[in-house]
Amino acid sequence: MTRPGPSLFDAPGPLGRRRIRIATAAATVLGLALLGLALRQFAVNGQLDRDKWAPYGTMVMWRYLLTGLLNTVFAAAVTLLLSCLFGILLALACLSKHAAVRVPARCFLEVFRVLPPVLLILFALFVLPRYGLDLPLLWKLVVPLTANRSAQLAVVFRAGIAGLDPGQREAAAALGMRQAGTMVHVVLPQALRNVLPSLVSQTVGIVKDTSLGLFVSYLELLKSAQVLAAFNHLLIQSYLVVALVYLLVNYSLSRLARWLDARRSPGISGNREKKYQSR
Amino acid sequence: MSVYTGHFGELGLGLLVTVELTGSAFVLSVVIAVVVSACRVAPVKPLRLFGTGFVEVFQNIPLLVWLAVFMFALPEIGLEFDLFPTATIAVALYTSAYYAEAIRSGINSIGPGQTEAARALGLGFRQLLRHVVLPQALRAMLQPIGTITIGLLMNTALVAGVGVLDLTEAAHRVILVEADPLPVFLGIGVVYGLLALTISALFSALNRKLAPPR
Repeated sequence: MTRPGPSLFDAPGPLGRRRIRIATAAATVLGLALLGLALRQFAVNGQLDRDKWAPYGTMVMWRYLLTGLLNTVFAAAVTLLLSCLFGILLALACLSKHAAVRVPARCFLEVFRVLPPVLLILFALFVLPRYGLDLPLLWKLVVPLTANRSAQLAVVFRAGIAGLDPGQREAAAALGMRQAGTMVHVVLPQALRNVLPSLVSQTVGIVKDTSLGLFVSYLELLKSAQVLAAFNHLLIQSYLVVALVYLLVNYSLSRLARWLDARRSPGISGNREKKYQSR
Repeated sequence: MSVYTGHFGELGLGLLVTVELTGSAFVLSVVIAVVVSACRVAPVKPLRLFGTGFVEVFQNIPLLVWLAVFMFALPEIGLEFDLFPTATIAVALYTSAYYAEAIRSGINSIGPGQTEAARALGLGFRQLLRHVVLPQALRAMLQPIGTITIGLLMNTALVAGVGVLDLTEAAHRVILVEADPLPVFLGIGVVYGLLALTISALFSALNRKLAPPR
């Protein structure tokens, strides 16, 4: 990202500049035409009427949507915390010298990275209660998401740990630090800082995952929109407003990730990390 | 074993829908992604804006929200299609944002010196793409694209939420009627694992094929 891409085009001459101007004008006209077409489609079907959008300017509506957003944030925060915890433990287990620890951890990683979160949620919803384990509502969402996300985070953490300059570990060993101490005081703090941008972009994924609350009827944003649409019959408005809220939240997080990534000094872990992340 | 044989038809049909959905969404989203990434590197500003906006909008809104918008909201303005095509389009648009990002970083992984050298040798734009940029960029983007494709497979499970009878929805229905649903669940998990393995095997074969001759 920090590196400028290749310049695919030569600096344009007079003819090239004129072509670019024409293309710019044509693209603008086309874009405006498409926008107009979309608006017309809304208007023809009466979806631009004042009374169809007015409810979304009221306090009651925003208090309702804000509650949904808070539930989304809460579920996402719990999932993030638990996934980080398990992710770090899994990453350490994957790098362990003992096969008895390493092999099960790697199996967990490979299995839970390819199981769709929806399937895990169905498991928590319908299979577990059959065997006498009926989780509370929030946990029916958080536990499956954590199972999936901690496997993905473990890959990120593993890459961060493995990508650290081996000199750091050797220096700690030369100073007489034990392995556990080296991990806690030397390796992990640096590795965590290096993977922080990836962690923030994973958070975007977690926020998006919480929309699966729709399946478990946990009243997060999307479920709130569904309930709202069933109540006021303003389908397109409800879903678009909620989509906009998601966009605002996640776009800010994405920008934060990019800013952190650009701020990080280049070349410390970037390349090795990438190699691990994309198997 | 009777758990599987009793519901073989439903589960098989669900598997077929999942595979079809993944396949058609893959083709469609690669096409969209190529167009979007072409927009993003174009020297025309409105096109660049469109490309960037497209990627941000589709990456930052959950797929389930897109599915809800396409299934429940668009019919309100007279845009209503069959269930399967609608699901395919929603999944494809969402995935294409990720493919577009992978294509862009693949192109960006090429050093500026490469294109400068090519132009210094007198290569035109097409020759530059054909002989210098694309061969290298394709290799660089193959691995991320494989990872995203496995993600695509997992994401198709979301269409169960809007009523498409895919493998997950078929499993859901079987789980509801079976007294002992654990084997069904495990079986479906294994099937998803095998599908993911197939995808990753296909991509490593492609990777070997594209590897530079030594």
